[in-house]
Amino acid sequence: MLVEAGHFALALALGLSLIQFVVPLWGARANDPVLMAVGPATAVAVLICIAFSFLSLTAAYVTSDFSVLNVVENSHSTKPLIYKISGVWGNHEGSMLLWVLILALFGSVVALSRNSIPARLQANTLAVQAAITIAFLLFVLTTSNPFTRVVPAPVEGQDLNPLLQDPGLAIHPPLLYIGYVGFSISFAFACAALIDGRIDAVWARIVRPWTLGAWAFLTLGIAMGSYWAYYELGWGGWWFWDPVENASLMPWLAGTALLHSTVVMEKRDALKVWTILLAILTFSLSLLGTFLVRSGVLTSVHSFAVDPARGTFILGILIIFIGGSLALFAWRAPLLKQGGLFAPVSREGALVVNNLFLATACATVFIGTLYPMALEALTGEKISVGAPFFNVTFLPLIVPLLLLLPLGQTLAWKRGNFLGAAQRLYVAFGLALLAALALLAFEHGGPVAAPLGIGLGLFLVLGSLNEIVTRSWSRGNSLSTVWRRASGLPRSAWGTSIAHAGVGLTVIGIAATAWGVEGLGTLKPGQSLKAGAYEARLERLVPRIEANYRDDVAVMTISRGGRELGTLETMKRLYVTRGMPTTEAGIMTVGLGQVYASLGEVQPDGSVGVRLYHKPLVLLIWLGSVVMAAGGALSLTDRRLRIGAPARAKPGPAAAVPAE
Amino acid sequence: MTRKQRRLTLIGAAGCVLALALGLVLFAMNDTIVFFNSPADIQAKNVRPGTRFRLGGLVKEGTVRRNSDQQVTFVVMDAEGSIEVSYKGLLPDLFREGQGIVAEGVLESPSIFRADTVLAKHDENYMPREVADTLKRQGHWQGEANASPRTQ
Repeated sequence: MLVEAGHFALALALGLSLIQFVVPLWGARANDPVLMAVGPATAVAVLICIAFSFLSLTAAYVTSDFSVLNVVENSHSTKPLIYKISGVWGNHEGSMLLWVLILALFGSVVALSRNSIPARLQANTLAVQAAITIAFLLFVLTTSNPFTRVVPAPVEGQDLNPLLQDPGLAIHPPLLYIGYVGFSISFAFACAALIDGRIDAVWARIVRPWTLGAWAFLTLGIAMGSYWAYYELGWGGWWFWDPVENASLMPWLAGTALLHSTVVMEKRDALKVWTILLAILTFSLSLLGTFLVRSGVLTSVHSFAVDPARGTFILGILIIFIGGSLALFAWRAPLLKQGGLFAPVSREGALVVNNLFLATACATVFIGTLYPMALEALTGEKISVGAPFFNVTFLPLIVPLLLLLPLGQTLAWKRGNFLGAAQRLYVAFGLALLAALALLAFEHGGPVAAPLGIGLGLFLVLGSLNEIVTRSWSRGNSLSTVWRRASGLPRSAWGTSIAHAGVGLTVIGIAATAWGVEGLGTLKPGQSLKAGAYEARLERLVPRIEANYRDDVAVMTISRGGRELGTLETMKRLYVTRGMPTTEAGIMTVGLGQVYASLGEVQPDGSVGVRLYHKPLVLLIWLGSVVMAAGGALSLTDRRLRIGAPARAKPGPAAAVPAE
Repeated sequence: MTRKQRRLTLIGAAGCVLALALGLVLFAMNDTIVFFNSPADIQAKNVRPGTRFRLGGLVKEGTVRRNSDQQVTFVVMDAEGSIEVSYKGLLPDLFREGQGIVAEGVLESPSIFRADTVLAKHDENYMPREVADTLKRQGHWQGEANASPRTQ
């Protein structure tokens, strides 16, 4: 009964979204406040309906209601409760329901921030948001209904794909979706500005927190997915340039560019048309990501079931929204008042360079991801574009950007002094260079990439913090003065520095992978295997039986230079219901590095294949991403965002520019 | 600087970066792309030893031999050909005789392929798409029985 109610609520949400689409749009056109006020009310109602629908599906999962097909296919009564809940979005239908839930959630947050957004902008934005909701609700209801019943109901479910029975799955998709869908708000605001034909610094100020929040969540979501692949797939890699990964990287790159161009728009009232275009492109890439992952064009852990009808439907959504918004852009963008131009050597000039490199890098990822598919569709020739391609194209575009990053952050707005900025950075640059040279000398004969990359990462970290130091410290000041000045700096300045330092940490982690070592061998209990300085001794192989799987556990003692560091367990796991084996990597964290062991099949003679890795500083890759997201979050709490838009009495960009 | 000069600087910079990117992409397209071949293709296309490509097909029953030091050899076949593959490392969880796999590596001699990665899948019903397409083309596909039971 609850399931039918959930299904009905979803249909009701579709009807309400139609109202939310038509009425506010009309109201904004006729300038009728009553009609425009329909937008916020319906947005909240849509959220309530979809939330109810989502909860009813969750209830079916928690109670293992095997009369619902979706539950049968993805759940099992012996599964732990957390995986029953995360199983709701561990399948195609449920994950699309989560997608529309987040869409509606964001729509109603826009609806409820009534005082800070001009009414017409809000009405148009909600209408565009409703259009997206309609498309995805139609998709769920017609091709991916999670509420389908099955008669007669089976006694037991088919269990969730074992790889997805993991805490990583519980949080990775929601984080990623909040990121993807968060960009829909920037998109809706951009379309609203185009419909209205008006855009100014107030617009940028309203949109920036949305972009920033979406970006921070997307960063966490990608990092989480990467870590999940690292420990769950048992290959020891953290990024494979797989199309599925690229599908999330492209909106991230475009979103990062958008984040920075919005700053220019907010502070200097420039780059308006470009910012609008970026907002459209960022969400278009999010949609493209959804299409690639959900349509079955790619085979991956994300493509649950290949159903051509779904692919065609999402392709339709893609064409309507990307085509429609770009057409709107071509039609209305010339109406937008051009912003001012500015000196090339200035903060805004540096941000343009940032945008240029990020957009180009994003384009190369786009080509590398879609070219093989296009080629196969056109000629039938199958090729694979992997890491070598992206190392040649992506890295040469990102490394100069990273080198310029601290410099750009140091330049002043309006008119910067290149030499002055360089002078302020020479300490940071010198220290980083020294560190790189020292590492090169120390690791004589080792890979060159690691010291250079670590030098670059250090330069980023030091250069970013340098900004805080130079703004709060001057010769002869007491420590308490310095502290007072540092804590008095706007939180956005702190956020910027922290996020950029996070980029540096990630770069260091990535560079250090060049130092990674591995060993491979066949072990019997008592024998050992080496990877670099680390040694693993196989103590024993024991079977273990859990509720819904069986393990062959290998207990290993890890030692370094004869000194024991502890034991780790790595296992071969067999999920009974699906008869599917998985490898559970054993990981021991030593400082910021990790010792990582994975098992092959246990042979009849009692020996087992073991691969052992030592990965120095590998944790920095993900810690750096967390630091980036934390910087974004800190920036979100900045005073000027908390207080909201400037008073209407003083229109114009001048009022919006704080002295900085 | 005048307005026009500033605009030209911007356009010039954008042009340079785009040209750089285009150059890199074209260079990479020539150099880093890996083609996909089935065992029959190796003969048909006359693939030279030393070429790097992806090989896809079924693991022939009874041909998997594990030597010491995790060195494994097996035969990958399709309806019209077969080739011996040697690989050093842990095989993926879902590697089984009779299953479809994709291996990336180098053709060592016309009859031996040295793989450095062997890909399997995240799902027990998996048939790599490339392998499925090849088998379909050769008329040996009974994949629907293989696919997971899913009703709409």
